[in-house]
Amino acid sequence: MRRLRFLIQKEFIQIFRNKALLPMMTLLPIIQLIILSNAASNEVKDVRIAVVDHDQSEISRALSNKIMANDRFSLLAAPFNKKEALDLMQLDEVDIVLEVPPDFEKQLYRGEAPQLQTLVNAINGQQATVGSGYLNGIIATLNKEIRRNEPLFFSGLPKHNEPVVVTSNNWYNPELDYPHFMAPGILAELTALLTIVLTAMNTVREREIGTIEQINVTPIKKWEFILGKLVPFLCLGLVLLTVGLIASKLIFDIPIRGNIGLIFAYAVVNLICVLGFGLLISNFAETQQQAIFVAFFFVLIFVLMCGLFTPIDSMPKWAQYATIPNPLAHFISVSRKVLLKGSGLADIKMEFVYTFILALLFNAAAVWSYKKQE
Amino acid sequence: MKAISIQNISKSYKDTKALDCVSLEVGRGQLFGLIGPDGAGKSTLFRILTTLLLADEGEAFVDGLHIEKDYREIRKRVGYMPGRFSLYQDLSVEENLSFFATIFGTTIDENYDLIKDIYVQIEPFKKRLAGKLSGGMKQKLALSCALIHKPSVLFLDEPTTGVDAVSRKEFWDMLKSLKEKNIAILVSTPYMDEATLCDKIALIQEGKILKIDEPEAMMAQFERPLFAVKTNSTYQLLNHLRLQSFTHSVLPFGECLHLVTTETLSPESIQEQLRLQGFIDVVVSKIRAGIEDVFLDLSHKAGNHA
Repeated sequence: MRRLRFLIQKEFIQIFRNKALLPMMTLLPIIQLIILSNAASNEVKDVRIAVVDHDQSEISRALSNKIMANDRFSLLAAPFNKKEALDLMQLDEVDIVLEVPPDFEKQLYRGEAPQLQTLVNAINGQQATVGSGYLNGIIATLNKEIRRNEPLFFSGLPKHNEPVVVTSNNWYNPELDYPHFMAPGILAELTALLTIVLTAMNTVREREIGTIEQINVTPIKKWEFILGKLVPFLCLGLVLLTVGLIASKLIFDIPIRGNIGLIFAYAVVNLICVLGFGLLISNFAETQQQAIFVAFFFVLIFVLMCGLFTPIDSMPKWAQYATIPNPLAHFISVSRKVLLKGSGLADIKMEFVYTFILALLFNAAAVWSYKKQE
Repeated sequence: MKAISIQNISKSYKDTKALDCVSLEVGRGQLFGLIGPDGAGKSTLFRILTTLLLADEGEAFVDGLHIEKDYREIRKRVGYMPGRFSLYQDLSVEENLSFFATIFGTTIDENYDLIKDIYVQIEPFKKRLAGKLSGGMKQKLALSCALIHKPSVLFLDEPTTGVDAVSRKEFWDMLKSLKEKNIAILVSTPYMDEATLCDKIALIQEGKILKIDEPEAMMAQFERPLFAVKTNSTYQLLNHLRLQSFTHSVLPFGECLHLVTTETLSPESIQEQLRLQGFIDVVVSKIRAGIEDVFLDLSHKAGNHA
């Protein structure tokens, strides 16, 4: 035990002596939190639209006005033919072209259900779907208003049944505050990432400098060596999490609805898991460069498939299964559930179980592959 | 019981044979030198003996313990100083030393008298980071760390490579005093001049042991006449001598040439002969063979057999 204590102590001395590490642990997460939470937004704020009005009627102008009145849209042009509008789209000047057919108003009053055409530039998928969604909303409202305001014209027509009215309410994040949604996820992501990279690099450094050679010719046992690395970096990860939590509370005022102790309890399991992964990488790398590249490869996959930027539910089935061995996905899920929703232990027990199994697997593999090196 | 006993150890890396049937023995309190050029297999042998690497064939015992079966016990009893400086550069001198003392379950105070002679020289810098020490001081610290747990066998892999001449001499003096404490020392070096400082040496090349003997005996056994030839036009003379019938071998040695002849000749007669052929400023003197001459002669023979 004395030996292990000394190994851990040595590691801490080295960590505190490393001038790059401390700013990395404090400043970097805060900067990333601020930038990512604000920037990584799915909101579509400015949709540029061109309206080709072949009808030039009262109703078609009302439609144009409505679009202009909406602050999410900016009406860029009102060309007289479709070709002109399509040229604008080709030049990437507009995102959506709305075409109003001739006799639109006439057909409407006749009850013939005229058709509007929207052409959406789908290069940016997000912009396209969200933008045309907004537009459909505007058209639907207009439709309703016409019917309400001019009951005489429509009285003779077969009465449309009032469509089912859906009212929605955003729970857990009522104002759809983007940072509230992103910050807990980014916090989890940062903690996991930095610890993976740092452990992978640290252990390889011992190999690079040759100290591992010296250590191997001592009575230090494998588990002592691995634990001697795990414990200090676990502490480091928890410090990082604390710094991040305080920063997101102060800057974004994120809600902390659940038990903060639960977050930390889960973080311990998750950090042991990712640390094991970092050690595993380091066992197969000869230099810090190699370790970084391998870590990067996995980190990219972990980040893009963890549900931070794209919801896991909208991934294809196989990809959804692929998130099970992704410790980041569980961490993000837990941190969102506990912070935003106030979930208790029972709600996150599956995440606990998966992460625990992963932690066992990664660490067993790390110890096993370290053995193989001798 | 010998401190180190190696029997027919072989080790290959893919197609290259790093060690080929190496056998040798080191007694207690003996300073044993492993002399050979870079790539001769010295470090591989060290790594096998310090249980870092498994041999393909053969057996070896360190302090009476089998290198494979008793590797745990061996690790408690040997001190190892790798060829490359392998201490924590971001820890101070004192922190490094107490770290290695602790992982061996001892303290600096307990074995202070063993490292005292060496450690006093770096003690004034004990708060300095190991990475900021000079080459010579690094070696002293590494030796202190390898000694702190009172090992019975010490493995020093090229301890003087990259160290200045004064520090090298000091280092060898330290080894001499350690040997008196009954510690067996296996030391490797590519410097032939350090060979004479050992009790016994093994010449190694391309994984094969060429010869094992005491350095004095080895030099005395050099059978052929040997001459040092000094001239201003070394290169032309070298080419010229190579073609002579009496030449067994001729090789450049610093500023002169070492000429081994097949027959007994007097230096005057060689000098005369060369003068007749146009080499006017030649000085020839008969010399005693050094370890390097022995090594080159032996490796020449080994090369011819191959």
